[in-house]
Amino acid sequence: MKTDDLIASLTADAPVQQTPPRRAFLIAVIAGVLIAGGAFLMTLGPRHDFMQAIRTLRFDFKFVVTIVLAASALLVARDMARPEVHRSRMRMLLLAAPVLLVIAVALELYTVPQDQWMPRLIGQNMRFCTTMIPLFALGPLALLLWAFRSGAPENPARAGAVAGLIAGGIGAAFYAAHCFDDSPLFVATWYTLAIGLVTGLGAFIGSRLLRW
Amino acid sequence: MPPANKPDSPEAAWAELMRAGLAGNAAAYRQLLEAIAPRLRKFAVNGLLRSGIGNADAEDVVQEILLAIHLKRQTWMQDQPFLPWLNAIARHKLIDVMRRRGRRAEVPIEGLIEILPDETQAPETSASELNKLVSRLDGKQQTVVSSISLDGHSIKDTAAALGMSEGAVRVAFHRGLKRLAELYREGGAA
Repeated sequence: MKTDDLIASLTADAPVQQTPPRRAFLIAVIAGVLIAGGAFLMTLGPRHDFMQAIRTLRFDFKFVVTIVLAASALLVARDMARPEVHRSRMRMLLLAAPVLLVIAVALELYTVPQDQWMPRLIGQNMRFCTTMIPLFALGPLALLLWAFRSGAPENPARAGAVAGLIAGGIGAAFYAAHCFDDSPLFVATWYTLAIGLVTGLGAFIGSRLLRW
Repeated sequence: MPPANKPDSPEAAWAELMRAGLAGNAAAYRQLLEAIAPRLRKFAVNGLLRSGIGNADAEDVVQEILLAIHLKRQTWMQDQPFLPWLNAIARHKLIDVMRRRGRRAEVPIEGLIEILPDETQAPETSASELNKLVSRLDGKQQTVVSSISLDGHSIKDTAAALGMSEGAVRVAFHRGLKRLAELYREGGAA
């Protein structure tokens, strides 16, 4: 085939256009939140004392840290979908959630007597937590990987991992509304583990699915 | 913030063509690809020579890059400079080609594609890899892609000849092109 013939072919295909990555991400996040939210309401639902709980700092912090994580990862993902962006200027934002978590853990250790540290870290629901967060994250992860397919990420595994961070953050935010373990010690341990699993899964799938 | 496209520069002209193309102007889109192709050719020849592969199949690389540009054109942000985007796509594909041939690719990041006019003529030889890949497409996709890309029929004529709707031909054709890009990645025709 001559290159001129190929160019003529590509011109013939010009009317068929894929969704631009930014719009694809917007769709993926909205649909992902709806799916994860629907799954949450059909299975667990919010804890019975939700209205009282939202007046406590520890409960609210779980939403702050998970939503900050998802939002910062989304900003990075939008850049990573562009082939010419080697290092997103947004990437430092990914430190925001970990820094918040470290501060919260420090405050918890400062305010809570030492013999309470381990019980709070272990909590009541660690297995449930590390199971449900990844399950709630699966829908959003699939959608975010689909969104990344319309992009051209330089590093497919890393792009998949960032999709996993967004999905993990979304899944964790819903799970947080159900869980009675509010201590930052619990969140820093088990939420991190659960979101890490989703991130690893995203990287694994991304390294295969997001090549272009 | 990267500098915006300077007005009147060749890069700005390309960006303008690309914007028009994305807005549905097929003539502008074709003009852009025709303007880019010689630069890609030089880029591919230089890149292959530098890695010691030899530039015999440079035209295959040009075609693979053009296909990637086409399939990823929605990732260009229209308010951003065009050349860094083009370079990134070309570089990504060249690295891919070299990796498939077992070479460690060393491709500098910036300034690969020159926008200055040059004398390189399009070779009369036609590249062969894409033909082999077309023959590996599945039934309907192969028929449609052959008709349009190899035999030069229009979408309309192809639809009439195959008794398909134009919409169905467009879909099969687009999927066929995507599949071709995948077949390249899976190791090409080798």
